[in-house]
Amino acid sequence: MSIPVLKFDAVIVGAGGAGLRSAIQLSEAGLKTAVLSKVFPTRSHTVAAQGGVAASLGNSEEDHWHWHMYDTVKGSDWLGDQDAIEFMVRKANECVVELEHYGMPFDRTDNGKIYQRPFGGHMSNFGEKPVRRSCAAADRTGHAMLHAMYQRNVKANTQFFVEWMALDLIRDSEGHVVGVTAMEMETGQVVIFHTRATIFATGGAGRIFYSSTNAFINTGDGLGMAARAGIPLEDMEFWQFHPTGVAGAGVLITEGVRGEGGILRNSSKERFMERYAPNAKDLASRDVVSRAMTTEINEGRGCGVNKDYVLLDITHLDPNTIMKRLPGIREIGLQFAGVDCIKEPLPVVPTCHYQMGGIPTHYSGRVVVPQNGDYNTIVPGFYAAGECACASVHGANRLGTNSLLDLLVFGKSAGDSAVEDLKAGKAHRELPADAAEKSLSRIAALDNRKGGANVHETRLAMQRTMQNHAGVFRFGDMLKSGVDKILEVEKAARQLEIKDKSMAWNTARTEALEMENLIEVAKATMLSAEARKESRGAHVRDDAPDTPEFPNGRNDKEWLKHTLFNPVDNSITYKPVNMQPLTVEPIALKTRSY
Amino acid sequence: MERKDYERLRWRCIRRALLELDITLTRFLERGFEQLSEEEKQVFVELADMEDHELWYWLSGKTECDDPRYAPIVAAIRKS
Repeated sequence: MSIPVLKFDAVIVGAGGAGLRSAIQLSEAGLKTAVLSKVFPTRSHTVAAQGGVAASLGNSEEDHWHWHMYDTVKGSDWLGDQDAIEFMVRKANECVVELEHYGMPFDRTDNGKIYQRPFGGHMSNFGEKPVRRSCAAADRTGHAMLHAMYQRNVKANTQFFVEWMALDLIRDSEGHVVGVTAMEMETGQVVIFHTRATIFATGGAGRIFYSSTNAFINTGDGLGMAARAGIPLEDMEFWQFHPTGVAGAGVLITEGVRGEGGILRNSSKERFMERYAPNAKDLASRDVVSRAMTTEINEGRGCGVNKDYVLLDITHLDPNTIMKRLPGIREIGLQFAGVDCIKEPLPVVPTCHYQMGGIPTHYSGRVVVPQNGDYNTIVPGFYAAGECACASVHGANRLGTNSLLDLLVFGKSAGDSAVEDLKAGKAHRELPADAAEKSLSRIAALDNRKGGANVHETRLAMQRTMQNHAGVFRFGDMLKSGVDKILEVEKAARQLEIKDKSMAWNTARTEALEMENLIEVAKATMLSAEARKESRGAHVRDDAPDTPEFPNGRNDKEWLKHTLFNPVDNSITYKPVNMQPLTVEPIALKTRSY
Repeated sequence: MERKDYERLRWRCIRRALLELDITLTRFLERGFEQLSEEEKQVFVELADMEDHELWYWLSGKTECDDPRYAPIVAAIRKS
């Protein structure tokens, strides 16, 4: 079959913050640049980011990038690479100012500077006291950012392919990336994008969990494509969870609800936090609360038919207080739990929010893999940025407002690296004869299979397995059985069947193709989590508790290393954490406590 | 509505920027959409093309939808 070939200097997969930022670099350098997106760019999930973007501008009080670096290393529980972290925090001011020049309407101080507010974990003077470092545009920072960058791209003649889904990475016999295959949803036509640079900016894969704050679009397409092309995935056991999402929906319930007096209860209406945190009770830190909730559910004291959630009770509060201090909470309860929280408690569960791991990259945005004893061998022609990539700056846990910074800095960096590599004069390499074969046979299998697995049921089985066996608080035996279960789900995910065989606008086919990406991420997560026998950052195991020898369960002697999950044979290798910053002394290992 | 148009609309409902809209619009497609007249369905298509925040403010009641063209559909979605 002859497949149309579109030739570009660069293709960027994903039109969220990281994708749009890298596209600006390429298009403004005069390179012919395509951006592929499953949805209209300003409908990417970056739109949901509210908190702001961290930069040590020092507009409201004294601040320094070195303090920001310290906070980020500490937040990462020392798993972040210190060269990448120094690179990111030092680029922050420049990236924020550029964004302002693109027209981003940042909140301002009376004297016209960018207004900055405090945010959890961001401190002055190496952890001394909170500092105002977050730059925001009201509660719509991500939205404003995307609009500013989209306009800039339109001006720079970036070519957008909207409602297109990338299918597979194309690598030649020497391993160079020479483009992607993609499907136009409107026609079902598969096309080859033949390029000199391919940048993945496809976001996270939070939909692998049953309860996730992520929009449905976060199906880890870039990670699935990378995995199918033999690229290992880094640190996939690290996922950030939020203690209170609406059970069954994932919609976030602000921590302000507990701040205003909300009480967590189990199936016998007991205020269980009194047992776990006698002083702070329901106001204990995120991880303590999440861990207690999980323990209650695991020990059979959850609520509902499946005993799989707990209750957040505010029925004792004055309804006027609820309406005044917690606007929107009643509506969220009504819309997503069918519960009026003034009269009944809300069903809640720890909910996945952010993926720290991803496609392994250097801070230049170039994708790196282990080869012949070198952990950081560049995959020529391949770059990644944003949540789908692992530079690694977030390590084992991410600080709030560092995600928008990540996508700006590394989006730009990946773009710059691609421009540099392309200006070095490399021509288009020849496409392999079977460039589209993998994608076409995946689609043909979906179209022809009879008696296969149902997409919706398979996705649900995966999500429940991940939630129950590799959630916010992990147990050795549950992880072990989780490995068996997810490998079973994988078998089903390799045998999906769809009823609709239409070419044009076949959303069932698109969802099946997304499912094939999700399962790669789920498998990498479960197996990586089972293998890491310590607690660190967001990966907390019951069998790696807080002891004098291993504070917080962290074991630096054996586990201060990055996981690399090899999807080809499900094997795991490790690579050292880079503890050497670019210009300053390393931030020495220390117990992470706030 | 033709299959192709419905499927395009479906995609634009199940792949939003905000999870709240994914859930709300998917639910309405499953529970309320078929009961709409052809003309109302076209109004829903226009709603689904709105920016996520503006649409969510209407659907969550944070701001009132005062446009008579959209208000009945917004109310129907809120009830679904």
